[in-house]
Amino acid sequence: MVDHTNTDILRSVQIEKVIVETPSIRTIIFEDKHSVASMPGQFLMVWIPQVEELPMSVGIKSLGSHKFGAVTVRKYGPGSTALYYKQGGERIGIRGPYGNYFSIPKNLRNALIIGGGTGLVPLVRLFGDLLHNHVNTTLIMGSRTRNEVLFEHKAQKILTDNNRNGNIAFSTDDGTYGFKGSTVDLAESILLSKRFEMLYTCGPELMMKGVQKLGERFSIPVEASLERYMKCAIGICGSCCINDRLVCQDGTIFDSNRLRQLTEFGVSYRDKSGRLSYYIPQS
Amino acid sequence: MLNLEVAGMYLRNPIILASGFLGISQAIFERIYDEGAGAVVSKSISRYPMEGYRNPTIVVLENKSYINAVGLSNPGYEAFSEEIKTNDKVPLIVSLVGSDPSDFEIMTRKLDGSGIIGFEINLSCPHVQKLGLEVGDDPQMVKSIVETTKSNTTKPVFVKVGVGSTNVLDISQAALNAGADGITAINTIRAMKISIDNFNPILSNKVGGLSGPSIKPIAIRCVYELWKKFKVPIFGCGGVSNWEDAVEFMIAGAASFQVGTAIGFGGMSVFNSISNGIVKYMERKGYQSVKELIGRSHKY
Ligand SMILES: Cc1cc2nc3c(=O)[nH]c(=O)nc-3n(C[C@H](O)[C@H](O)[C@H](O)COP(=O)(O)OP(=O)(O)OC[C@H]3O[C@@H](n4cnc5c(N)ncnc54)[C@H](O)[C@@H]3O)c2cc1C
Ligand SMILES: Cc1cc2nc3c(=O)[nH]c(=O)nc-3n(C[C@H](O)[C@H](O)[C@H](O)COP(=O)(O)O)c2cc1C
Ligand code: FES
Repeated sequence: MVDHTNTDILRSVQIEKVIVETPSIRTIIFEDKHSVASMPGQFLMVWIPQVEELPMSVGIKSLGSHKFGAVTVRKYGPGSTALYYKQGGERIGIRGPYGNYFSIPKNLRNALIIGGGTGLVPLVRLFGDLLHNHVNTTLIMGSRTRNEVLFEHKAQKILTDNNRNGNIAFSTDDGTYGFKGSTVDLAESILLSKRFEMLYTCGPELMMKGVQKLGERFSIPVEASLERYMKCAIGICGSCCINDRLVCQDGTIFDSNRLRQLTEFGVSYRDKSGRLSYYIPQS
Repeated sequence: MLNLEVAGMYLRNPIILASGFLGISQAIFERIYDEGAGAVVSKSISRYPMEGYRNPTIVVLENKSYINAVGLSNPGYEAFSEEIKTNDKVPLIVSLVGSDPSDFEIMTRKLDGSGIIGFEINLSCPHVQKLGLEVGDDPQMVKSIVETTKSNTTKPVFVKVGVGSTNVLDISQAALNAGADGITAINTIRAMKISIDNFNPILSNKVGGLSGPSIKPIAIRCVYELWKKFKVPIFGCGGVSNWEDAVEFMIAGAASFQVGTAIGFGGMSVFNSISNGIVKYMERKGYQSVKELIGRSHKY
């Protein structure tokens, strides 16, 4: 009999439903009690047979009174595209959840969340948890352009369900919706007029680096969810290392103190072979 | 109590990180050393960078074992030599993989001057064609690779063998005749995992290498036979999960042993917990030096 308590062992799940979020993003919903017990920021390794296995942030989706596991995927390369086109009734393999999760310090009164693209997957979940814990929270949702804004309805609903004890602000690169410019610029203007006790971020690394700098400048603690190339997700292959940390095990979430020690953060990452590549070309 | 000398390498304890585990970055090597390892073996390094296979590259089995087909992904010897250029702290053994003697000549020359204590030649990766086992099953090729490597370094050279189509003893004989200072036994063993749900082999490469407790009895047998026949320094490897396994390898004939898969289940604290266990065992038995354990089972 297979040991169903060992979440490292690949389990096959049937897709219950697929939800179209934007023209290039879909949410795949499946029955899985381990995903339902996951925390915001944790991820699954998702096996798309014959194509790939990819790390994907894990979510929870209620259909009626029943809770399901969910991943929200942006169509990008071969792996994510194959997952994106999966239909209800098809099966995929999953293992995990892996990694740590965003922390909500006791007595936290307010927080600012800064997210871009699919980085919003764990952050919208976190938004709900923070509001539920009576933390007044502002959520910045960044995207390239208006029709790529992810989870807007979901975030609005979370806000209404929680007596509107928070705000949502939008930024788009092309200015078609909300603030024109980067999420970091928007965050800066918000921080100049209001004091926050905590910053949470997930998205492109240079954006997160910008958030870290804001945290230093305004003396606010930061939690950022990092991405590195993952193979095993169980802390043995070293593929996901950033300095001496393993993103799959020690992260994916790192706090300000750790981020300060991670000299590779926002500077370099390792490719599949383990060679260092730089975000900004080195002279 | 735990410190010892093996083929000219001075180790603070006999617990070594096995090749392929976490082993591509200097920062991680330092962390592993700080966590208590006696030495660290790098990921197998090749002449050119290798991306390895597509995911899935690792499957977790029920019994704390893995099947992996990472595909020897590594940054290549030039980038790796840059990586370790500041190493003055970690007793580092560089694992090399290649398909002919000239690969080993170039890599050994470049890396010999780095702050490393020795080389391990990987002749036994079971899932990459033209590298590893395919080379390791050819005694003539083994001989010329080892001779070339030895002639380009004064540091100890171990040869890592696997359970392939040629007998472990024959390949080891060829390596030792060519001047190898010791043998690492064993690498992973060819294996598969297939989904009964969708009939697909799970690894993208289909076939991978089995590691962990599943292979330990085979590894113990290999170490026992090697010690019996050659009495040379041996690094035992395969399924060491705790101090009891470690002691078993040493009494079978291993001078030291390597730990890999156990890190996935016990984290990096396995190094210290194994050391502590061995120390207590030695105190109970009244041994002064860990060297007293080596090959002890052969008296019986
Ligand atoms: C912890 C974590 C959570 C993630 N959560 C989500 C999510 O919720 N939704 C989503 O759409 N995407 C998520 N991603 C990104 C996702 O894993 C893939 O990187 C992305 O879907 C592109 O994969 P591809 O095979 O389609 O593209 P490719 O064209 O094959 O790859 C493009 C790039 O994607 C990255 N990538 C590919 N494979 C991996 C891998 N195994 N590990 C890390 N990066 C990889 C690499 O940077 C690569 O250069 C997450 C990544 C990580 C590390
Ligand atoms: C993910 C993974 C990668 C490995 N990579 C290498 C490698 O690059 N070179 C090598 O000689 N052995 C490699 N091995 C084999 C290990 O070094 C070791 O021989 C084997 O795993 C048995 O030891 P263990 O049971 O303690 O893991 C790898 C094993 C695993 C699981
Ligand atoms: S993905 Fe293998 S150690 Fe993190």
